[in-house]
Amino acid sequence: MDVFHLRRLLRNKFHTIWMVVALVFSMTLPVLLAIGLYYKSSGLLMEQSLLSIIFSKDWRPLSGHFGLFPFIISSLWVTVLALIIAGPICLFSAIHLTQYAKSYVLKVMHPIIDILAGIPSVIFGVWGVVVIVPFVSQHIAPLFGKQTSGYTIMSGGIVLAVMIIPFILNILIEVFKSIPEELTEVTLSLGATRWMVVKHILMRKAFPGIVSAFGLGLSRAFGETIAVLMVVGNVTQIPRGALQPGYPLPALIANNYGEMLSIPMYDSALMLAAFILLIIVIIFNFISRMVIHRMIKIM
Amino acid sequence: MKKSKLRNAEELFFRGVMILSSSVIGFVLVLILWSIVKRGFPALSWEMITQTPKGGFYFGKEGGIANAIVGSLYVASGATLLAMIIGIPVSLYMNVNLHKRKKLVTAIRFLLDVMWGIPSIVYGAFGFTIMIFFGMHSSLLAGILTITLFILPIMIRSIDEVLLSVPKGLMEASYSLGSTESETSYKVFLKQCISGVTTAVLLSFGRAIGDAASVLFTTGYTDHMPTSLMQPTATLPLAIFFQMSSPIAEVKERAYASALILTFIILLISIIARIISIRYQKHKIKI
Repeated sequence: MDVFHLRRLLRNKFHTIWMVVALVFSMTLPVLLAIGLYYKSSGLLMEQSLLSIIFSKDWRPLSGHFGLFPFIISSLWVTVLALIIAGPICLFSAIHLTQYAKSYVLKVMHPIIDILAGIPSVIFGVWGVVVIVPFVSQHIAPLFGKQTSGYTIMSGGIVLAVMIIPFILNILIEVFKSIPEELTEVTLSLGATRWMVVKHILMRKAFPGIVSAFGLGLSRAFGETIAVLMVVGNVTQIPRGALQPGYPLPALIANNYGEMLSIPMYDSALMLAAFILLIIVIIFNFISRMVIHRMIKIM
Repeated sequence: MKKSKLRNAEELFFRGVMILSSSVIGFVLVLILWSIVKRGFPALSWEMITQTPKGGFYFGKEGGIANAIVGSLYVASGATLLAMIIGIPVSLYMNVNLHKRKKLVTAIRFLLDVMWGIPSIVYGAFGFTIMIFFGMHSSLLAGILTITLFILPIMIRSIDEVLLSVPKGLMEASYSLGSTESETSYKVFLKQCISGVTTAVLLSFGRAIGDAASVLFTTGYTDHMPTSLMQPTATLPLAIFFQMSSPIAEVKERAYASALILTFIILLISIIARIISIRYQKHKIKI
């Protein structure tokens, strides 16, 4: 075997080994994340049970009380509100873009969706503070006869809704595209209107996909940090309405990283919060992705 | 007859709702960009871009955010480079070496999609744990490593999506000429998709430069230009975030200007990516 040949084979061997190492590393990443965060939070979990931390309302880090309940409830409020706002808009827009729109509309909308998806979280936060917070305080709150500064769950929900729109919309477009055209054409040829096709055929066929697209949007919203942190008010309480301030889980983690090393167990509690976030997001993602993968593959 | 009238009315109504929904999305993007430009442009100055913060910077006195701009570019470039070193081989391996193991590749893709959804604050918290574990302080290096992990799934998956479009015949042709797997990967597949891969890399770079939650824990913040990997570094998103939470009007003005700078960088990246993907489309071999 000549040297040239040998060198090529060696190079191939080297590249293959590196590829496998890189692949294995990437695949074990979520496990590493989980282990790392669990290891850090185990300090607190030794002292108190997980359930008592999750369901306790008592948040006084100085005396060692780390009840995460208010933060979890705030997170739920913000996320669900965001989905309620973004869901219908995405659904109608996705139907519009896949079933009705002419090709030039798609040409305009694609860059819009891409740019919206690429805007950093902190920019959404600035926009929220400049536009949404005053809007909530001056226009939305008076509708309900209330007075607020505008830094509320409602503002967080609106900003989050805008952030998850491109994300949900992209998946919904994929889902609708995966439905065979013959199905809709057959129904159209029987004299149905476009909307009837959408209502009776498309929605029924795409239902699992729609639900999982919403699930993915929900988990995306659940983990959003900086933008929400900037507009949601950050008051430790269990919110009783959308026009009250809240304090979602990611905001809690981000806001207290400075002092967490000076109070015992504080870092443990925050890492536990991150761990809970990770687990919830992975479960949501897992189920939703499973449904979507199956839909787009099979059809 | 009456029934069909009702149907038409329904059709018309929902068509209106749909067009409205699509327009709302476009309108919101314009509104965001407009409000950032409107607030940021008056506060923007040459000083902002070229100087580091001076003594009274946080009370509205002179200085700029050059340190944060440079810091962000360092963090994002370092992370993108590392993610390329890990990510490109992984996606090539999935599409060339593993092309017969369809089920395994589907499983890997699935896992990557799940990882894509993990929020950046979790990566930040994880980076922080690792830092503490090794006794490191917040530094440029820690930030680069954390961001690398964060953009890795994004990069692998987007490059993978590009490689999927390579015709299978090209692989067979390359093998039949006697090339090895790695030669097929790098000299045929990567070359064939170089424009798409560049676009994917640029988009990951955009993700890296805009993320705040993961650098919050790991890079720290200083007023100096970053000079070493082991020093804490300011980043643009955090500069915006910190200035935004100041009660002083002049500092807030600067936050808007900084936001405008970041938005400009992001838009620039996405435009370059778009141009590359259109311009180099024609060099592709089509079968």
